[in-house]
Amino acid sequence: MIFRLIEHLQLAFYSLILALAVGILIGIFISKYTKLAIPIISVAGILDTIPSLAILSVLIPLVGIGKPPAIITLFLYSLMPIIRNTYVGIREINPAIIEAAEGMGMTEMQILIKVRLPLALPVIMAGIRTTATFNIGITALAAVVGAGGLGTFIWTGLMLMDYDLMLIGALTTSILAIVTDAGLGLIERRIKKRVTGRGG
Amino acid sequence: MDISILMLKIMEHVKLTFTALIISVALGFSIGILTWKYVKLSNLIIHFANFIQAIPSLAFLTLMVPLFGLGDTPATIALIVRALMPIIRNTYVGIREINPAIIEAAEGMGMTEMQILIKVRLPLALPVIMAGIRTAGVLLVGIATIASLIGAGGLGEILFLGITSMNTDFILAGAIPVAFLAVITEVVLGQIEKAFIPKGLKK
Repeated sequence: MIFRLIEHLQLAFYSLILALAVGILIGIFISKYTKLAIPIISVAGILDTIPSLAILSVLIPLVGIGKPPAIITLFLYSLMPIIRNTYVGIREINPAIIEAAEGMGMTEMQILIKVRLPLALPVIMAGIRTTATFNIGITALAAVVGAGGLGTFIWTGLMLMDYDLMLIGALTTSILAIVTDAGLGLIERRIKKRVTGRGG
Repeated sequence: MDISILMLKIMEHVKLTFTALIISVALGFSIGILTWKYVKLSNLIIHFANFIQAIPSLAFLTLMVPLFGLGDTPATIALIVRALMPIIRNTYVGIREINPAIIEAAEGMGMTEMQILIKVRLPLALPVIMAGIRTAGVLLVGIATIASLIGAGGLGEILFLGITSMNTDFILAGAIPVAFLAVITEVVLGQIEKAFIPKGLKK
């Protein structure tokens, strides 16, 4: 049980961290080269529309069963909200603030690190929260391709029509998702309060 | 893969998605309209809906089995509940977050509250509400796939058969139509959403 829980968290969060690194970089990149923004966000949007189970299963012939298809699917799904929120967060900063920073003689890099990113943080954090909660759910699905995690209980339960196993799997996954959502929501509000000086 | 079976499964999938979407639109919209004036109540509904939304679809569907058994009915119930949330939320947001100057103008013209709701708030809220319906529709195509696990039929059946027997043809025959259905739903509902933008607001 504890083993499956840890496995579940590992799958969900490793892919999230990976997506975070790549997604924020892409987000920063397209906020600078805005011509690329619309195509990249559209492609990511289409990807986001396709049900996760479809991607998960199509990856089986390509990379086999087990953890690889799960991690790739989770990574792809996490990418979209993070890219979009980084982009939106950086773009929607009051231009007067950027001008003030330029007026103080800050270089572009300094503005990015000291002004843009900190101000975009609440929006980026909102993206992380959505993604993390989603990932818990997709990880449960991923048990069908042999990735392990709490979904294993659900699948075994459904196969055997064993209500106990179903309930154990479904309730633990739900609680995990709700706790993740609430916990990251709390962090999100804290960051927002610090950045904007008022609570959301 | 027999093409007629594939067509049958596609129809099953569309039917399940569509039935659940229609019912949840009717329900969600009514709840949204009937309670929007009671701020405390509607905040409570939103909180509850958010809570439900955080529960993963697979877990939610699985929980239906001990309660309602297997088959179409528990799957449809689960789908309806999942789709309610974006619809209710967007109905509230759409009706409430209207430029106060517009409402003031309507009041100044002597419109009653009911007239303002029907002639001003609702038309202006329609695009937002439609956006909620689009989100719900795309979500439902995906969840309907998972719903085949609890005996609801649809394309998920082919997909799971493919996964458990490691048959690439079956996997593709399930996954590709599902992906297409989702993208088509997004595009079609997106077009309808655009059509609902009031004339005066179109650019």
